[in-house]
Amino acid sequence: MLEKKIAGYSDEISVAPGERIRFMVSCEPGVDRYQADIVRLISGDRQPDGPGYRDELLPTSVSGEYPGRTQETYCGSYAVAPDGPAFSALADLSLQAAIFPTLPALRRACLISKMDVEAGRGFALWTDPSDGLVLQLGDGRGGLQEYALGQPFVAREWYLVSATYDSASGDVHLRQQLLDSYALDTSSGVARHSSEATAVVGCNAPLLIAAASREEARGKPVGEMIFNGRIERPVVASRVLEGSEIEALRSGPVPVDLRTDICAAWDFGQAFETDEIIDISPNRAHGTLVNLPIRAVRGSNWTGDELDFNHAPDQYAAIHFLDDSLYDCEWDVDFELEVPADTPSGLYAARLTAADQEDHITFIVRPPRDRATASLALLIPTASYMAYGNSRGGIEAGNELLSNRLHVVSPEERYLNRHPEYGNSMYDNHNDGTGVCYSSRLRPLINIRPTHPWLWQLSADMHLVEWLEAQGIPFDVITDEDMHQDGVSLLERYSCVMTCSHPEYYSTNMWDAVHAFTQRGGRLMYMGGNGFYWRVAYRDDKPGAMEMRRTEDGSRSWASEPGEYYMAFTGEYGGLWWRAGRTPQSLVGNGFIAQGFDHSSYFRRTDDSHDPRAAFIFEGIDDEIIGDFGLIGGGAAGLELDSASRAYGTPPHALTVATSEQHTDCYIRVNEDIGHMLLSIGGQDDPQVHADVVFFETPRGGAVFSTGSIGWSSALFHNDHDNNVSRMTRNVLDRFLDPMPFE
Amino acid sequence: MPSQYPIDPGRTDLAREFMANPMGPHSAALQRIVTRMRDTEAAGRYVLVTRVPYQEWGLAQLSGQRGVDVTLLEDQVFTSLEDAERAVFKMRWELITGTPLVLD
Repeated sequence: MLEKKIAGYSDEISVAPGERIRFMVSCEPGVDRYQADIVRLISGDRQPDGPGYRDELLPTSVSGEYPGRTQETYCGSYAVAPDGPAFSALADLSLQAAIFPTLPALRRACLISKMDVEAGRGFALWTDPSDGLVLQLGDGRGGLQEYALGQPFVAREWYLVSATYDSASGDVHLRQQLLDSYALDTSSGVARHSSEATAVVGCNAPLLIAAASREEARGKPVGEMIFNGRIERPVVASRVLEGSEIEALRSGPVPVDLRTDICAAWDFGQAFETDEIIDISPNRAHGTLVNLPIRAVRGSNWTGDELDFNHAPDQYAAIHFLDDSLYDCEWDVDFELEVPADTPSGLYAARLTAADQEDHITFIVRPPRDRATASLALLIPTASYMAYGNSRGGIEAGNELLSNRLHVVSPEERYLNRHPEYGNSMYDNHNDGTGVCYSSRLRPLINIRPTHPWLWQLSADMHLVEWLEAQGIPFDVITDEDMHQDGVSLLERYSCVMTCSHPEYYSTNMWDAVHAFTQRGGRLMYMGGNGFYWRVAYRDDKPGAMEMRRTEDGSRSWASEPGEYYMAFTGEYGGLWWRAGRTPQSLVGNGFIAQGFDHSSYFRRTDDSHDPRAAFIFEGIDDEIIGDFGLIGGGAAGLELDSASRAYGTPPHALTVATSEQHTDCYIRVNEDIGHMLLSIGGQDDPQVHADVVFFETPRGGAVFSTGSIGWSSALFHNDHDNNVSRMTRNVLDRFLDPMPFE
Repeated sequence: MPSQYPIDPGRTDLAREFMANPMGPHSAALQRIVTRMRDTEAAGRYVLVTRVPYQEWGLAQLSGQRGVDVTLLEDQVFTSLEDAERAVFKMRWELITGTPLVLD
């Protein structure tokens, strides 16, 4: 049975000729060597009726054999503060924090540690599945003293925890106090111990929050035994603090009379948009976050009166740490490419092959940064690729009710399941159940491959690439990230910009760029469905990372917690663009209305299609039925559907030139469009469950054409491209490339 | 919680409809049964595992746990997705109704 064993990623997703891109590869045992080549991707779908896989070798110095090796990935989020003068005088010790454990019964997990295990020096504060709070102190002789409170934590409750050590008396005090009040609570308590020998709590190891330090790797401490849950205001003090002092340190500034004794008190309610954690003590022992724990989350003191962390940062002074979050695999480089100066813009891959193994680390060569090299730009939705990258829903749930058939587990899915450390998609939940609101492309994204058998995002977009290649139409390739950085000036170099099949995730910069393009005479072909739907955020100092919150409503696999709808990266309100007053219908004429994943359907021409303004679209087409064929579900109207709606902002002059019909009951209207749930929400009963093909003119001679369906591009290949979907698409493209203004 | 919709073991006419067209679309009455069958807990859910891409699939059950592989049912191998659907329908029919599905 085919077993996948090789995967990799690149440091960049879009490079211009002359620029460098590095590739990182990991092989499972059995793959001792692999061949690497740079190829231009032409076609990907390998299903029997599909166009098959095709590429074109780009002769480069990369081509050659490389040794296979397994590269380690250290997932899980935590904070690191370097050792420094702040911690030099430690003899007595106080530790405290408010904590919200989400998986306290899973295993022992570390809250705060500064420990040289080999020398037996330092301290660590833990949560233990049966003993609750546990303090470890170095004995100075290579061993550890351990003191436990003895009562387990309840999951998903806030506690104030503290531990003190008095070196003169040897007294150890532990306290865990539930911050909510229940009639019966057996999880709060205090414990007093006496150490027999003097502990050595000072050491020169770095301090970690939410993890213990396992070892140095790649020149940095690597966390292990990572805590799942929220930590707020961790404090380290160099003397034994009283109960009232511990309470006073929970929030606000460090009291003046405590300042000399506080080593560090981190306020997580500052610098939300960074990886920095700010120490508000005079020592300024700031730290750094690793692997994107979630910021801008509710703290223990959240009142519900304020829903925006920007307005009440002190109520959002917690960070949610996770043992399976990941930003950057940080693998060693296997090979790198300097893109030859004359490389045409296109979709490329580092193609890795070995015996029955292959992988395609896909990247884009954009045109030179100062110009376009074609009149048409294909806009690759890298934000959406990142959102779906490493989707685990199939192998973990195999949800037959989405597709109305048995789930087929691919070798790629089994490989992903063997590698939980590669992190999750934004459709998954973390190990503790928290929805995944950050993604990164600095890791193998197993399903974002041109040949992936789940025809979705890149693998589905290859249908469009194959069609453009077959048409012989020159096109540049640009990405969401290029557009986010360069703005509308990038798009304005083109007569026509064409989206891919499912451009669902948009940052503000991206939305603004597309909108401005359509308002300045540009021509936009929106070749898919459910586009311009969720708002996302990038961070300039965190390349390859993206944030998203699933707020209020929308078709979604999880929901953000109340009060956590604003994105930490930018402070912007997250969720549906519709909820920010920008509907897809106002941008492209149609917007997400229904989805289903069994049978695709077809479109029927409307009266609008006979309007003279739409004549160019149907030139040479006599058929009433459009797209009753296709490589995904057998029709051009399938998967996720968009419809026109005046109420949601479709321009009044827009023409709906074709409408789909006869969708199965597997197709159901999106929940944000439903008030009360009714029996009639399936495709057989609900006339709203349909896609609309929309055309409208925009100011200064521009125009928009929107297909309304993810399945559209899957129909282009039918009958060797000689079909009415292909013809319509070509008619529109030819007219959109014609400089003659629309009136 | 999975669906509890009862399946009447006497409705072999619906089973016949499924066997004739396992990929659907199904009649409303058959779809109710199919929905009941497909709405199971993730742990133990039947899935197909690709043995040869687009040609051969083996029956397996999900672990329901991240990082834990599927359990392959080695004796159940199919060369068509339709036959796999038929086989699983038959197994689930007996599991839910307690009555083996016998069709002439």
